[in-house]
Parts: sequence; structure tokens; C-alpha cells
Amino acid sequence: MRYLPLTDADRAEMLGAVGVGSIDDLFADVPADKRLTGLPALPLHQSEIAVERKLAALAARNVPAGSVPFFVGAGAYRHHVPATVDHLIQRSEFLTSYTPYQPEVSQGTLQVLFEFQSQVSRLTAMEVANASMYDGSTGAAEAVAMAHRITRRNKAVVSGGVHPHYRGVMRTVSRMAEDRIDTLDPDPTGTEDLLARIDGETSCVVVQSPSFYGHLIDLKPIAEKAHAVGALLIAVFTEVVSLGAVEPPGTQGADIVVGEGQSLGNPLTFGGPYVGLFATREKFIRQMPGRLCGETVDADGKRGFVLTLSTREQHIRRDKATSNICTNSGLCALAFTIHMTLLGETGLTRLARLNHANAVKLADALKAVPGVTVLNDTFFNEFTVRLPANAAEVVEKLARKGVLGGVPASRLEPKRTDLDDLLVVASTEVNTDEDRAAFVTALKEVL
Amino acid sequence: MAMNTQGRPTAPTAGPAGGPETAAPKTFTGNRGLDVEEKLIFETGRLEATGVDVEDPGEFQSRLGAHARKAPIGLPGLTEPETMRHYVRLSRQNYAIDLGLYPLGSCTMKHNPRLNEKLARLPGFGDVHPLQPLSTVPGAVDLIAELGRWLLELTGMASVAMSPKAGAHGEYCGMAAIKAAIAARGETRSIVLVPESAHGTNPATAAALGFKVVPVPAREAGTVDPEAVKARLSSDVAAIMLTNPNTCGLFERDVVAIADAVHEAGAYFYADGANFNAIVGKVRPGDLGVDAMHINLHKTFSTPHGGGGPGAGPVVLSEKLAPFAPVPFVRFNPDGSGEFVETRKQAGDTATPFGRITAFHGQMGMFVRALTHMMSHGADGLRQASEDAVLSANYVKARLSDVMTVAFEDRPAMHEVLFDDRFLDGTGVTTLDFAKAMIDEGYHPMTMYFPLVVHGAMLIEPTESESKASLDQFIGTLRHLAGKAKAGAVDDFKSAPRLAPRRRLDETRAARQPKLVWSDPADEGRAEAAE
Repeated sequence: MRYLPLTDADRAEMLGAVGVGSIDDLFADVPADKRLTGLPALPLHQSEIAVERKLAALAARNVPAGSVPFFVGAGAYRHHVPATVDHLIQRSEFLTSYTPYQPEVSQGTLQVLFEFQSQVSRLTAMEVANASMYDGSTGAAEAVAMAHRITRRNKAVVSGGVHPHYRGVMRTVSRMAEDRIDTLDPDPTGTEDLLARIDGETSCVVVQSPSFYGHLIDLKPIAEKAHAVGALLIAVFTEVVSLGAVEPPGTQGADIVVGEGQSLGNPLTFGGPYVGLFATREKFIRQMPGRLCGETVDADGKRGFVLTLSTREQHIRRDKATSNICTNSGLCALAFTIHMTLLGETGLTRLARLNHANAVKLADALKAVPGVTVLNDTFFNEFTVRLPANAAEVVEKLARKGVLGGVPASRLEPKRTDLDDLLVVASTEVNTDEDRAAFVTALKEVL
Repeated sequence: MAMNTQGRPTAPTAGPAGGPETAAPKTFTGNRGLDVEEKLIFETGRLEATGVDVEDPGEFQSRLGAHARKAPIGLPGLTEPETMRHYVRLSRQNYAIDLGLYPLGSCTMKHNPRLNEKLARLPGFGDVHPLQPLSTVPGAVDLIAELGRWLLELTGMASVAMSPKAGAHGEYCGMAAIKAAIAARGETRSIVLVPESAHGTNPATAAALGFKVVPVPAREAGTVDPEAVKARLSSDVAAIMLTNPNTCGLFERDVVAIADAVHEAGAYFYADGANFNAIVGKVRPGDLGVDAMHINLHKTFSTPHGGGGPGAGPVVLSEKLAPFAPVPFVRFNPDGSGEFVETRKQAGDTATPFGRITAFHGQMGMFVRALTHMMSHGADGLRQASEDAVLSANYVKARLSDVMTVAFEDRPAMHEVLFDDRFLDGTGVTTLDFAKAMIDEGYHPMTMYFPLVVHGAMLIEPTESESKASLDQFIGTLRHLAGKAKAGAVDDFKSAPRLAPRRRLDETRAARQPKLVWSDPADEGRAEAAE
């Protein structure tokens, strides 16, 4: 077995040193009647080539995004990731290290986390950021719990423009914690009256911009109303590239910002692993979930970095911790930071502009298709169209024509039959004029 | 349970600042040969620099409305060669499994095969979107189903929830299923029993679900006493969260009696699967009475830890809990194919999912890696891996027991062995000092000050990935250090490490004056002047 260095001779010698006759003597504490007598009913070990053959056959049955005109978004986006990123994250020293508990031999990871936190803080225009969450959706649920701790209230008000999966996660976590949650109806037009739902019992208001349906939302009046009643504003985004073009939540009064960082550095991978971004105001740092990296000095006075404020965390505080999170998304955060460093301010703003331009071109092309209307006045790289047909069926027909043409709203809101004709469509820098033309042609054919 | 006061933030203690090892000549750059000091990108990058050429779309009518960004972001960039050099240099300041034995107990730092990385990057896995039509991803669904089948066979359980993102998230998933199952019986139960030796995630998870945590003390022998459990059981107890093998590296001998008592009281048995690596192919948790258990794919099944994630924590469930698994899950069809259930509506009458715990479907990238690992090892290799992991831990224990103090000498260790600090009594050397001295010898330290049930804990998990020569060198190193401590070389320990990229860091200062993001010293200067 190629992965196991011990030889039978080694094993015999080691058993002798331990002073037992057989390996099963070391399992003596396992109840004898429960021990397996034979091997599990699974295939035996296989060569590298055999495993590769089998998994490659499974992979070949899927349609990769890069092989077709591709307009699927709704919380995960196909961007071009520079080759440098994937090379660097496969450096052994990054890939095969643990959480940096021993800072003297983990400065590489720690400095990356400090850079990551600093980048996230600047992107969101917030004072501090943590070292990542699992993804945007779990980060959003953690933000709600954090707001409850800060305000000592337990009612969250969640906009209908928030990603339905994120709403689902927040709803589950709130129900389990026996907190209250007021989720507004899905808001495909970006016109809901959120302010009317905010009252003196509200702990936090959760708003996504660009919204799930693509609308850009003015957070300022929501922040003002929330703050007036002693509540916090939690701003959510699922497309971090948008921050290269639109006003950041931090300048609009957000108290906690959570987002999905997958777009930078991380492939689609059928939904994970991704990387949650989490930023807030400095005064709230002791209520934050997750790992935090901080600057300090070593015994020689040299600058160095450590995990810090660990007295918030489960391994110290146990049932009084701010979160149960332990492992986060270290390597995905690394990929994010390398991609962000490669882009810099100049590259990010250009990338955002190109995304927006491609989405504008797509919206203009789609609305010229008879029966199709675009619901958005504003958007970044994603918007919603109303079709003269069931959107899920249209998407299937498009797929058969070799176009992956967006996400039917009904896939995420199955109970809302009034959304059946809505299609959420994204366009990023990877799309070409030919892709858009193929989409329009195919859509005309299937409608 | 008392708060953990061991292993709290430390600051370097006063001691000899140098010693001959650090008397290397001072250099102009501050670099020491291959050890290069690397600044932050905020100190070397420029707003106008970029390592990505982006096409100009030309003129178009913006649809950002009044939302266009008004102020600069303040993000420095680097060109591609500068970026490459910056992060390669930083990488060299990390320890890693690929560099050496990584004995971090309860973390299972085993070899990460590169075939796993290669296959996870196949476009059919890496470049598929979670919401593209299911008709375009049958291979992805089948892969998840196939991994699920392996996990069920190895654990002897009825069902598996695949979406949890990491071990602690899996705990949340399993305990939420338990809460939902109790509610479905028309009951409310408010207490969760957690042994003192448990990972901190266990009580934190229970608390996040609104449960009250009642600790169960460990016996002298390091295991949980079924009588102590029974004494705490009542109609208000929802579950026990038990790690087996436990964090003392011992198999809970009375696990069946504990499970029976818990079930008798109408409660559930949650098993923390962090230490599953000891028993794969040897015993199935389902046969021990477990109702729910997460499996850390990043421990047992070798998906890389990546400097702190991503992990993956699928949760296997018993027959009783299976209906409550969160969406999405994979339903197994009689023909062996997997059917993807995304919503409660699709779940139909046979299931009552408790909700959703993450966007999308879970850590697909980790699923590919884990299944690759499992198929490569096969039933025989997986069992051999567990046996080798256990044998290696016992070998380390046997070869060190005369110079270090084994916390629980009498019972066989499982895949990890726990030492305490009695062997350092009177030397002036602490567990922390001992660990830091290992760094100078080229090793990552073991887990320190955990579990909390012994003083100055040192938890060593060598895993199955080490050759005997590697184990012997590690053992020799620890024997040398133990001897050196007893010989009175306390100053060498207090000043360690001296040969790492950094010496001991001032954690106390980091916590008292938190600096979590970079700020321009010029800005700070202006702010101070204004005050």
C-alpha cells in the first residue's frame, strides 16, 4: 500500500517493543463482541491509475462551466482565476500545515491571514475583519447571533432580497436557538418596504446588496432606521467583485458585513469549499466569531503575528464561546488573498467594470427577446428576467442546447409558484460576445 | 466545567536573550541565508500595480445608478513575479506535514496524497456550479452518493448528511437533528452531557442550540464512568456528546453501557468522530449504539488542513435520526444511483428535514479528495492505516514511558498518546517550554495543554504516515530533550525557540492591544498629532 511506510518487519519489531503479541491486543478495550472480524464490504486498495480512471469517468458525466456559454450565478460565480493562485496554494507549506497554533513556525499562514483581514476590511470599509468563515451563508447566521449578543435582543428582520439559502440557514439557526426571525417575502423587484418591519424589539436587519435578484440597495436609510431603534445593520453580499464598483457597506452604516469570497481565487466546485468574509466595527471585536490574527512582537522585538483574542473561542470558553467554529477556510482565504494581491486596486476596479459591462450587454440583448423583461433598474453583474414561460423548463431546454442560462428562482423558492417565470442571470468577465449571442439564439428557440 | 486556564496567551519570559545559536552575524538585510524577512503587501504593493491584465470593455451605459463607488479602496497590488516571490517566501516560514512529522494530537496530520488534489481539479468536479441543472451534473451527484455509501459501510449507520462544512458544523448538524427528533416526539429536553475531556467544540455546539451543558467528570483511569453518566441522566437530558476514542487517547471501554443507559433515558448518543482514525475497519460506531457522528474528512480521510481549513464534516445518523437530516441530502435508489434532495418539498412524506445549515451542497472539493483517499486505500488499506496509527502511538508511548510520564499507563493507547508534565517536576521547564524546544529540533510541537483532565498535557498523534526511522528519530529527540530538562538546562528551554523564523511571540500584547488590520504608520502619526 503506497501510502503506508511501515513494513511487516517494522510492525513485528514495534509490537515487540510495545510488549504485545498482536495488533489486536492494542484494541483490547474495544468490546470483543463488537469488533469487526472481517474487512468492511468495500473494494480493496487500488493503484493510482485505477482510481483516476474511475473518478475521471464520473467527472466526465458532468458539464463543466468552462465548456459552454455559462450564465449561472445566484451566490457562486465563475471567474477567471490566475494560474499563479492555484500554484501557490499547492505549496506544501501552505497546503499541509495546520491551524497556526505554534506561531514561531507558522508565520507564513499568519501573515497571510493578517493580509487577508486587512484586505477584507478595506474592501468592505469596515474597521476589522476575521480570518474567514466557512462561507457566506454560515457567516450570515453567525452575524445574527453576534447581533443578538450585542443588543441583548433576539429578533432578526431579514430582507426578501437575501439569498434564499442564506435565509434558510438563518431561519434554521434561529429556530434551533429559539430566537425570533422575521423573513420578508422574496423581493424580485427590489421594492419591499423593509423599514416598516423594523421596531424596538429588532436586534438586527439583514440586507443583501447586490440582492439575490441583482438589485443594488441603498443601505443608508435602513441603517438609520435600525440605529434609531437600537438595532444593528448586517450587510450581506454574495459577489465580492461588486465591491470594486459599488459603494461599500461600511460607508453606508453597516455594523456587521458578511459575504461570500469565492469569486476571488476559488473555483465553483459544485458549491464548496468557499470562504466567508466577516467584518465589523472595532468596538465589537470581542463579540466576533472565528479566528482572529493579530500583530505583535517576538522576544527579539521583531514583528510577528499570532492568533489572538482566543478567550472568545470554544477551546478556551467552551459553552460560553462566541461560536463553535474551529476549522475555517484557511486555504480558500489564501487563494482569495493571492488573487486580490494580483489584482490590486487597479485590477479589481477594471475587473468589476468588465463584469458590469458584460452584464449590461447581456441585459440589453435579453430584453430584445420577445416576451422577456428585465426586472432591474440597477444591477452589477447579475439581474432577473421574467420569461413568458416556466423558467425551470426553459433552463432545462437551454441546457440541452448547450447553454447554461441562469438559475430559475423556483429552484430556491419551490413553494412560491408566483416566481416560476423568473430567471436569475449572471455574466462575468469569462463571457464573450459569442456566448451572449448563443444564449439569445437558444432562448429565442426554446421560448 | 471550569474554564480552561492552561495554555492561555503567553508572553516571552525574561531569560537569556540569545545564546550561541543566535549569535549569527547580523546582516544588512535582516535575512539569514534562505530565511528571508518579508514585508506586508501593504508596505511593498502599489495602488497602480497589478498582476492581472483585464480587457477594457469600452464605453457602455452604467446601470449602477447612484451606487457607484466614490472613494478609493486602498488595496495595494503586486505584479505577478512580485506576488509569486512574496507568497513563496511566506510559505517557507511554515511547518508542514510535507516537511516532517506533525504530532498534533486529535488533529490527525497524515500524508495528503497529491492524486486527491489532481482529481478534485478535474473540470467535471472543480468547474461545475452548484445550481446548474441537475441533468448536467449526474456524475457529481453520484460521487456524493458513493462517498456516502463508503461512510455508511465504515460506520454501520443508516443515513448520512453531507452538507456540514467542518467538524464543529457537523456537531451542529447532528445535535440539531437530535433536537428536532425530540421535538417530533412532543418533548423538550434542555440538558446535554459533555465529558470534561471533550473538545471545546462540543459544549460550544450544545450551547449554540440552546442546551445547558452538564459536565461529566473523568475517572482516574481517563475514561467516562457509566455510573457518573447514569447519575446525571433524567427526562430532561437530550443527549450525551462522547468522543471515542477519547482525547486521552483511550477507547471508552464502557461505551455500550453508556449508550444503553442514555437510550434507556430517552436521550441520544452523539459521538465526536474526530478520532475515528483509530478504529476505521476495526469497529463500527453504529454497532456501539451511536445515533449521530460527524466525520472529519480532513482528519481521517486526508483532505489537507490548509493552514486551518477548509474541512468537511459529514454526519452519519442512526435509523431514528435519519428522517431529520437537513437538506440537501442524497437518497439512495435501489439501483444504486443517488437522488439529490434539495428541498423539504422534494423530501416528500418519508423525511422531515430540520432545515438547511449551509448554502448549496457541502464541501464537494473535499468529497472528491476523501473518496480518492478511500478508494486508494480500500477496505484493507483503511484498516491497515488505523492499525498502523495505533501501533505507532503505542510504540512512541513504550519508548518514552521511562523518561516522560504517560498520563494513563495501564491501558493501550489508541492512535494518540497522552503525557502529562510530572516528568518535568522540579526542572523549571514547563510543557510550553518543552514544546518550544522541539521547534529548534525541527519538529512541530504536539498538542499542548489539552485535554484539560491532566496537568500540562502533551498529546502526541504520530499517524500511520511515519516510517519506523522517522518515529525513532522523533523518539530520540524527545528522549534527548527530557534528559536535558532533567539535567538542569532550563535556560535553553526558556529561550527556545532560537532557530525558527521567529522567537516566542508576545501573545499577551496581541490580546491587550489588538491590531487586526494593517494601518499606515503615516496615518497613525497624523492621528496622534491631532489628539
